[in-house]
Amino acid sequence: MTGTDGLVGRTATELAALVRAAEVSATEVTDAHLARIDAYDGGIRSFLYRADAEARERAAEIDAARSRGEDLGPLAGVPVAVKDVLTTRGLPTTCGSRILEGWRPPYDATVITRLRAAGAVLVGKTNMDEFAMGSSTENSAFFPTANPWDTTRVPGGSSGGSASAVAAGFSPLAIGTDTGGSIRQPAALCGVVGVKPTYGRVSRYGLVAYASSLDQAGGLATTVADAALLLEVIWGHDPADSTSIPTVPEPVRPTLEDGVAGLRVGIITELTETDGIQPEVAAAVEAARAILEEAGAEVDKVSVPSVEYGLSAYYIIAPAEASSNLARYDGVRYGLRRQAADVGTMNALTREAGFGAEVKRRIMIGTYALSAGYYDAYYGQAQRVRTLIINDFARAYEHFDVLLSPTSPTTAFPLGAKVDDPLAMYLSDVCTVPTNLAGAPGISVPAGLDGDGLPLAVQVVAPALHEAVMFRAARALERGFEFTARPRLGAS
Amino acid sequence: MTSRITRADVEHVARLARLALSEEEIEQFTVQLAQILEHAANVEALDTADVAPTAHPIPIANVMRPDEPRPGLPRDEVLAMAPDAEDGRFRVPRIVDYGDTPNPGDYSDPGREEQC
Repeated sequence: MTGTDGLVGRTATELAALVRAAEVSATEVTDAHLARIDAYDGGIRSFLYRADAEARERAAEIDAARSRGEDLGPLAGVPVAVKDVLTTRGLPTTCGSRILEGWRPPYDATVITRLRAAGAVLVGKTNMDEFAMGSSTENSAFFPTANPWDTTRVPGGSSGGSASAVAAGFSPLAIGTDTGGSIRQPAALCGVVGVKPTYGRVSRYGLVAYASSLDQAGGLATTVADAALLLEVIWGHDPADSTSIPTVPEPVRPTLEDGVAGLRVGIITELTETDGIQPEVAAAVEAARAILEEAGAEVDKVSVPSVEYGLSAYYIIAPAEASSNLARYDGVRYGLRRQAADVGTMNALTREAGFGAEVKRRIMIGTYALSAGYYDAYYGQAQRVRTLIINDFARAYEHFDVLLSPTSPTTAFPLGAKVDDPLAMYLSDVCTVPTNLAGAPGISVPAGLDGDGLPLAVQVVAPALHEAVMFRAARALERGFEFTARPRLGAS
Repeated sequence: MTSRITRADVEHVARLARLALSEEEIEQFTVQLAQILEHAANVEALDTADVAPTAHPIPIANVMRPDEPRPGLPRDEVLAMAPDAEDGRFRVPRIVDYGDTPNPGDYSDPGREEQC
């Protein structure tokens, strides 16, 4: 049997193969990862909820199934961490908010159901910016999460708990969600792969809504192949989500190693030739170009003009949708309640007490943008700008197969550096929000470390439904960058 | 230059959004929201005269299923997580104003928290 020392740091693909071949038990894999979390999560704080007992029980079930000769799923025995925005029946689900503190959902999200069916072992729920609003995980109502590469810095957000968990080796896979970049940006800052699929690929049933036309669940992993494996487990039509794409997704793993000879790659000028992009980040994009050209791709610049207005449009549309989605937190059916003599006051006191500042800001912006007299100037205009962005991408895709840009304009910034400046924080998303507005898939690939030892990354995006070509390009970049470094952790 | 959002706007929006903001929050948000909206208003620069709005990026229409009853959520489990439940229902403070309570639209005084 393989010693448990050798289990942490393995890919999900490797672990699944070892479990399937009975070279190691699911229990040994689970125990090894839980031990690592015990040893190091005190200094990182990826987790809001540790599901140790549930994980051991599930691992034991998998081992029993294997010894009965039953078919095991593609992720059997593989530990997975899940962002606390997805409902897990009977397990706490807070969305990083006091307003849901103590709440245990009565149903599993479809993503959870599919992970369980695949044999994955859920090890815990990860920290996040409250209701997925943020780019640093500092908006969690409970505590911030640290970046494993430098614990004085942020892991990014809003899926900072998931990104740091994978970077720290707590689990080889994690689930995140991405509304304006919340998988890709923390993946970039933490030196891991992060993928957001086409809107509608992954069911939103049980994904607590922030902005319904933008939210998508996706995966974080240490390799492109693992991210592909995870995505293929969780994606696909779900009758419980009426925005779920009805067609069966084309698998991405069969063509993953096909290379990029003849692939046309466009570097988005509006996201590279602009102030605010850290020089090493720009250099990483240039390095990516060289790798792809070396591998036979045709790389050129492309302009996607409306992308410059993406952030502005996003910060109208997302808050507007959020103001509607978060109206349900009213103290009536679940979560926090502040008693009052009449229901209106109860609603207002509950929400005042239960929501953090960023959530309140976005609810207010959204309410304002949708209110009488302002609806067309703000929300209506933002929706039309969204169309322009979609059209500009479509024009770019007439000449290119995939597009390339930075994922995050900077490497991980210090904890506290942007908390008092909401607008500065929003700028973290400039490279990622256009993909959400377009409903397109995007993936962040680690590109090395900067002079301070902080992760660099680049982003590949593709047309809607074209995950296969996007993954193929990402894999080529991964081969070229040869990034295998892992952060050195301090004991908690 | 006039701010895009005034204190009165913030108070109005807070009422619409059912947020009983503190004085400090009203002041801080008036400043911050003005900055954010100024940035968001960049969208005004684009000519969208002939452009249709996009509500959903991947439009899917007429998603139906057969009209066959299916189980809903487990009621007891749902009610067990409610702040207050009675007789299989969610229990809330009074909704209808019988004229004997202070204006239910005024949420600005946190001192109004009471036991019911």
